[in-house]
Amino acid sequence: MNSFHYARPETVADAVSLLDEYGEKARLLAGGTDLIIELRNRWVEPEIVIDVKRIPELAGGITEQDGVLSISAGTVMTDIVEDERVQRHFPALAEAAVVVGSVQIRARATLAGNICNGSPAADTAPPLLVYDAVVVVAGPGGTRRLPIDDFIVGPGKTALERGELVIAVELPIPQRARGSAYTRLTRRRGTDLASITLCAGVDADGDARIAYGSVGPRAFLVRDESGILGDPNIPIEDKVEPLDRIFSLASPSLKSLRASPDYRLAMLRVLGARALETALGRLTKEEVVR
Amino acid sequence: MNDTLNEMRTISVTINGKARQLEVAVNHTLLDVLRDDIDLTGTKECCVVGECGACTVILNGRSVNSCLMLAVEADGGDLRTVEGLEGDDGLSALQAAFLDEGAAQCGFCIPGQLMAATALLEKNPNPTVEEIQEGLAGNLCRCAGYEQITRAVLAAVREGEQ
Repeated sequence: MNSFHYARPETVADAVSLLDEYGEKARLLAGGTDLIIELRNRWVEPEIVIDVKRIPELAGGITEQDGVLSISAGTVMTDIVEDERVQRHFPALAEAAVVVGSVQIRARATLAGNICNGSPAADTAPPLLVYDAVVVVAGPGGTRRLPIDDFIVGPGKTALERGELVIAVELPIPQRARGSAYTRLTRRRGTDLASITLCAGVDADGDARIAYGSVGPRAFLVRDESGILGDPNIPIEDKVEPLDRIFSLASPSLKSLRASPDYRLAMLRVLGARALETALGRLTKEEVVR
Repeated sequence: MNDTLNEMRTISVTINGKARQLEVAVNHTLLDVLRDDIDLTGTKECCVVGECGACTVILNGRSVNSCLMLAVEADGGDLRTVEGLEGDDGLSALQAAFLDEGAAQCGFCIPGQLMAATALLEKNPNPTVEEIQEGLAGNLCRCAGYEQITRAVLAAVREGEQ
């Protein structure tokens, strides 16, 4: 590993001013499960590594206020998986967080880092898209809130500008019954990058949406315009066409070693149908409870 | 920047129950510092990308890959390595069970397996076979001694119940 300066700011303002000063020559360190590998392999050679884990606003864990669940940027996957409110309101996020890496990785890797790293295969991107997550960003100009769909840009790219860092990810708690489910395709169970990541969400009024990743430069969110996907009384065999329309944005890379484009496209339909069925099943249960 | 002059920082960390102050290079991983600076070589270096688990240690009650964090990040933490498992009355129940069940073949992965299993049992004292397999999914054994390792963890659980 090359040498670098190490800073551990104690306020958001200090972190922002360091980020602003160093620009491209700075790297943020949260969980480090990606960054340390990049540093060791000299894929990145920053002048300064800014460790944000001790900033109180980022170390606040998961809090609920005014119908919003806020996950501070330092929150690790293990904490998300174990949080009862996440399990209840955002089960697909818990399902995505629990398959990231291994026990050891999940004890360090953060949700914010998963999103900021910008991998098209990020497990948590599809559920955050389905749940209309909002990314809270602090920067030289103050704080701004971005819909996750605008925050994610492409491979390794986010909407973060010079001097900015993520403070928290906010999830609006649904006001009516909703069913959702996450699923993924991997070559093996555990410590693998996904060949497909997919989340389906269905509201009580029939509004259905599916987000899917690892089959293009970023994870996509598509809402069902047909009204067919969210109808629990229509059999899954009759949902093939609207599902295919949902997946029209998929453009899997020919270069990836994990799975061929044909295989990914074929499996995308299978996983889509499966996640949709699970989401509809959960919606029915949820309605009974309410 | 080149790597001739490393920035140093003093950290306070409790290692296997003993409070220590260490002067560490900020660009050294926790694994580097354990093995090269303070001679705790029980923790193994292998894949250095967080896939094999040979470098597993327990930081603040959770198992982590010491190759995937800087030593300076452990500042203020409570760290346990395989060297700390043995108590005054000898091997821990898990260590003894690993021996009894023949869980160690070449032995290279065993420190990591032991630390991951220790963290698992502290959180879940009575795991199912599936929970053991998931709990140890981040630890590879290239001798493929998974059956024996799982049996050893189950044996340690039974030992603990007596």
